[in-house]
This record gives sequence, structure tokens and C-alpha cells, in this order.
Amino acid sequence: MATNDTPLERIARATPDSLAGRVGGLGDRAIAWIFIAPTIVLLLAINIFPLIWTINLSFTNYRANRLTLGSEYVGLRNYERILTDPDIWHNMQVTAHFLFWTIFFQVLIGFALAWLINRNFRGNAFWTTVIVLPMMLSPAVVGNFWTFLYQPQIGLFNYVVSFFTGVDPASFQMIGSVRLAPWAIVIADTWMWTPFVMLICLAGLRSIPGYIYEAAEIDRASKWRQFWTITIPMVLPFLMLAVLFRGIENFKMFDLVVELTSGGPGSTTELASINLKREAFEKWRTGYSSAFAIILFVTVFGLANIYVKALNRVKSR
Amino acid sequence: MTEFLENLARLRRGPWEMVASILIGLGVVMLMQPFALQLFSWSLIVILAGTVMFMIVSHFPD
Repeated sequence: MATNDTPLERIARATPDSLAGRVGGLGDRAIAWIFIAPTIVLLLAINIFPLIWTINLSFTNYRANRLTLGSEYVGLRNYERILTDPDIWHNMQVTAHFLFWTIFFQVLIGFALAWLINRNFRGNAFWTTVIVLPMMLSPAVVGNFWTFLYQPQIGLFNYVVSFFTGVDPASFQMIGSVRLAPWAIVIADTWMWTPFVMLICLAGLRSIPGYIYEAAEIDRASKWRQFWTITIPMVLPFLMLAVLFRGIENFKMFDLVVELTSGGPGSTTELASINLKREAFEKWRTGYSSAFAIILFVTVFGLANIYVKALNRVKSR
Repeated sequence: MTEFLENLARLRRGPWEMVASILIGLGVVMLMQPFALQLFSWSLIVILAGTVMFMIVSHFPD
């Protein structure tokens, strides 16, 4: 055996003659298709087929718990009922409240943390790890954890609020109060996902070349002016990405809120996805819930298109 | 503004994508606003129109 053989030559020599004869007649394109075919089949089976099936179900009155009754084609009636239902409209407003305030606080705190972490100080890596920890936990764990923190008798959260405001810790319930419950889920989600926004902002801050600040220093621009005319415009595409990422994720939020409040008290924290689960697996209105799922899908898909556009803009910079 | 309208007339990708994005954004706002049920009812049509438009115009030349 020649010692200066290339790896490809060694593989070709090691291939059995019977196999080499069979593959030898195939072109590069055919071999590429053979390699990607399992992935495409899997994708069709677990993504595309369920989507098409859900679209099909959304035009019927099918109920998954009454298989023997079959189903009837009802046209756009499911969509009409959903889009004229004040309860669903209320769920969307609850989702909007959750979406707006979580993104607002996560961007504000995430950017501030990234700006602080971007400075060179002792223990920088340690604090970055500590800040990023909540993001690595399971939403179910975070939900349970915050349920304990919000306990009026033993919860740490009420005691911290009491320490700063002087209010009796047992006098208010974050989860049980109609007024406070929407804020309870906002706080828990902000605690969990601010590190994610911080990491994206940190990537943006670290991508700004130092010579731009040096040029600004030479031009005697103040720190405040440098912040508004250099830092913010150059981090903005990254911030936009973070907003879109969190927007799409929070629009589908389910697990954390179910663990914390289960949509209560009443329906004050019932997000669209929680109502969808109830319609599908508690009331068993499969056709109706399929139509609801398609409405949410179209919304997320539309937002994802904007996200891809923003991503391309960032790439082209 | 004139350049934007010219690019729209010449079927350029950039401005048309912006129009589609605005339509999607408007639809999402209509879906989640607390003011009128009528706007909520029409939101899906607006989002769908924006999304389909986005998919078509993303094939326009730059």
C-alpha cells in the first residue's frame, strides 16, 4: 500500500467490489438525494403531514373523543366562531399584555446587563455564568420555583416587597389576585429569559470595533453622545432579533404559565395557547381547536417572515 | 418617498417586503388590540394577506 494515499483513495479501495459496482453507476446528485432522503421523509412525516392534517381538521366538526361518530365538513364556521368569540379576544389581550411587558422588561434589563458585563472587571466570566443560569432551567422547574416564591406566608418575593415598601407580606397574593396575577407571570418569564436577551445584546456590543469609539473620542464626543450615536444604532439589529425571538416564543408560551397559575384566577392569565389546550384536550373540540391552532400558526409564521428579513439585514452588515 | 414609490412601481423586493411586513404587523396589532371586536375579526385576513404577499414579493428582484 502506498503511504501517500489520500483518504478518498483509501475509502475507495476498502469498499467491497459488489457495493462499488452498485453505487458506481450513480451520479453525485443521486447519492446526495440518497443521503438527504431519510431527513426529508422524517420532516414530511412529523412536520408537514400533521400541518396539512390540522388544516384539514379545521374545516370539520371532528371530535377526537368520539371517533365512531365521524365528522362533517363545516367550511369556515370554526374560523368564524373563533374570530367573533369575545373569550378568545380576551385571551388574545392577555397574551398581548404578557408579550408586551415581558419583551419591554427583558430588553431593558437584558441590554443594561449586557452593557455592564461588556466592561472588563474581575469575575466577569463568573457573573456571566450566574446571570445565564435561569435560562438553562426547565420552564416547569421555574414555574414551581416561582410558585413557592410567591407564597404569601413563606414566599421570599412577598418578604422582599415588604422589606422595600413596608406592606405586610401576607396582605397580598401575587398568584391569587386578579390584579397581580398577570404581573406574576411577567416577572417569572422576565427572570427566566432576560439572560437570553443579554447574550444577544452582548454579541452586538462585542461586534462594535473599538476604533469607532477612538474616533469619537478624538472628535471629543461625550460618553452620552457615543452611546446614542454609536452603541444604540449598532446594537439595534441585534436588539430587534432578540425582540422577534422572544416575541415568537412568548406568543406560544404555555408551560411556565400553566405551572404558575394554570390560567387563573378566572381567566386573567389564560394565554391563547392555554385556551387552545383546553379546547383540544378538555372539551375535545378537535376541529375548532385545529382552526384556533392554524390562526396562531399563521400569526407566528407571519412574524417569522419579518424575523428572517431582519436576520438577512443583520447578515448583510 | 418618491424613490420608495418608484421602487414599488418597478416591483422591487425591498419596498414590497416592507409593505408586506407592515400588513403582518397591522394584522397582529388588530388581533391583540382591546378596542374593537370587529378589528379582531378581520385580523386573520390581514395577517394572511401580508404573509402570502411576503412569500410572493420575496422572489422579486433586488
